[in-house]
Amino acid sequence: MFRKDRDERGFQLLVNGLLLIVLLIIVIPLWRVIMTSLTPLDVYMRGGTPMFQWPWEWSFAAYEQMLTHPTFPRATLNSFIITLCGTTLSLVLTVPLAYALSARTLPGRRIIISLILFTFLFHVGLIPTYLLVAKTLGWTNNILAIIVPPAVGVTNVLVMMRFFEGIPEEIKESARIDGANDLQVLWRIILPLSKPILLTIGLFYAVHYWNEFFTPILYLNDQNLQPLPVLLRNILIGQNFSEYVDYDVSRAASIESLKSSAVLLTMLPMVLVYPWIQRYFTKGTLLGGVKE
Amino acid sequence: MGQYADSWRSGRTMRRAQAAVPEQSLAARLQRLGRAMWKHRWYYFLLIAPLTYYLVFRYIPIWNAQIAFKDFFALKGVEGSPWVGFQHFEAFFQSFYFSELIVNTVIFSLARLIFGMPIAIILALAIHESRFLLFRSLVQTVTYLPHFLSWVIMLGLLLGLLSPSSGLINEIIKAAGGQPISFLTTPAWFRQVVILSDIWKETGWSTILYLAALLGINPDLYEAAAVDGATRWRRIWHISLPGIIPVIVLITLLRLGNILDVSFQQIWVLYSVPVYSVGDIIDTWVYRSGVLDFQFSLATAVGLFKGAIGLILILVANQVAKRAAQQSLF
Repeated sequence: MFRKDRDERGFQLLVNGLLLIVLLIIVIPLWRVIMTSLTPLDVYMRGGTPMFQWPWEWSFAAYEQMLTHPTFPRATLNSFIITLCGTTLSLVLTVPLAYALSARTLPGRRIIISLILFTFLFHVGLIPTYLLVAKTLGWTNNILAIIVPPAVGVTNVLVMMRFFEGIPEEIKESARIDGANDLQVLWRIILPLSKPILLTIGLFYAVHYWNEFFTPILYLNDQNLQPLPVLLRNILIGQNFSEYVDYDVSRAASIESLKSSAVLLTMLPMVLVYPWIQRYFTKGTLLGGVKE
Repeated sequence: MGQYADSWRSGRTMRRAQAAVPEQSLAARLQRLGRAMWKHRWYYFLLIAPLTYYLVFRYIPIWNAQIAFKDFFALKGVEGSPWVGFQHFEAFFQSFYFSELIVNTVIFSLARLIFGMPIAIILALAIHESRFLLFRSLVQTVTYLPHFLSWVIMLGLLLGLLSPSSGLINEIIKAAGGQPISFLTTPAWFRQVVILSDIWKETGWSTILYLAALLGINPDLYEAAAVDGATRWRRIWHISLPGIIPVIVLITLLRLGNILDVSFQQIWVLYSVPVYSVGDIIDTWVYRSGVLDFQFSLATAVGLFKGAIGLILILVANQVAKRAAQQSLF
């Protein structure tokens, strides 16, 4: 028995040591950005390494500068609008589609699922969609170009369809006997039962819209429409820095601090909803099987 | 995902069974179909908006892809532009960037499979074996987080480490007396940065599927092995690993089927002109030549080529998955 206990202890030491190393590898880059954002200018000028200095002096000047200039709050507002409208549209399209396809007796169901799966497996690349959105629809400088084209995700439809299929037929049948049509059944019976899946899929969509930066760059030239990730990218690659903060007026924070604070401010909403995201996403991903 | 395929295929079997009934005439069957469709009228009503969406935003682009075989002029439109056959495909196959793009794309994909996957499996096993439950869930929470960060935020984090003037790693190099390295713009380093940052971001999240498979293993097996005196290592080797092999096989097949799909956003955020030769992938090239250089037809041809190869690969992978693991990938 004694030897076994020692084995077990050594094994746990190894396993948890490994986990600790992984934890540090993930935390160090985040820690670095946090410390850089808080480092006061004079410490930075002295060449202080913004990670290990002690005693820690810190300043929120970088955050102040970011938030008091109109550019950053405006981009945040744009991001919230895109995320809110996009998620709503996504759910408004995904729920009916998934619900209709969950009816196994629906004539034509197999054909529709095949047509949808085909678009999932066969991509023709960026240009044909770009021609449609920018040229045919003329949605340049229109946030519809960001919101509408990616609105429905096949994986999300299939996950939701699985969920609806799992609801016992008797529940729907009893409502139909009471004279409800299928729309009323969906609205009054199915949706109240589906809150967890609506939240999960809604969060999937919301994260996607919040993080989206390529389509805004593709379709929006107007700087006033740009969402947060695009602004962050411009800040990080240092184009026209004085456009984003009153940099010359009050030199209260270093450029590195300003960049870092912008990274963290962009992350903040995600980190705040993350506890919920994590719980629901784990479930949602497992529902979806091996597909990412 | 195999379940979906099963559930919608059952409709086909049902219909075959109906068709087998001999006395039904065509008219009777049409009548039955009509009745069934009327019964589902509200379902069709629900389908109007989503199917319009699919028609416009998924099928019109497929229609637009015909410009791969045409010389696209914006004024003449997609339909009016003249046909040129496979000219753009030939131009692509004969160009010097053809092999460069394919090689870069496949290198990034394979690196993710060869390096990323074993690390994810080891991490999943370590999480599964740890007996400190609080610490374990802390590790899970922290390692899942990067999955939800966009690649722009990743760029911010990477600059904090790699920037030649102020990055942590370069400060360490300088402190050790070395010359700072511009990792993101040096061809010798760019691929490593792409591969490692992808592993940093996605490994935690990809443990989820392995952990679910590990939880599905019958605990009696571990107990029986413990009674027989098997060490921890032998239990991992003989029980845990075999238990997750189906998941490993499926994920490997899925990755191989999607081997031409590298995160466009990652490359697009991280790369720059000096590292095009080692970092440019098919998707980034399509973007540059199409949107920036207005070579719409050539870019569409390259995108279509990638799409066609991708379709074939994923269908083959799916067949193999069905044979090898009795599971469908989609």
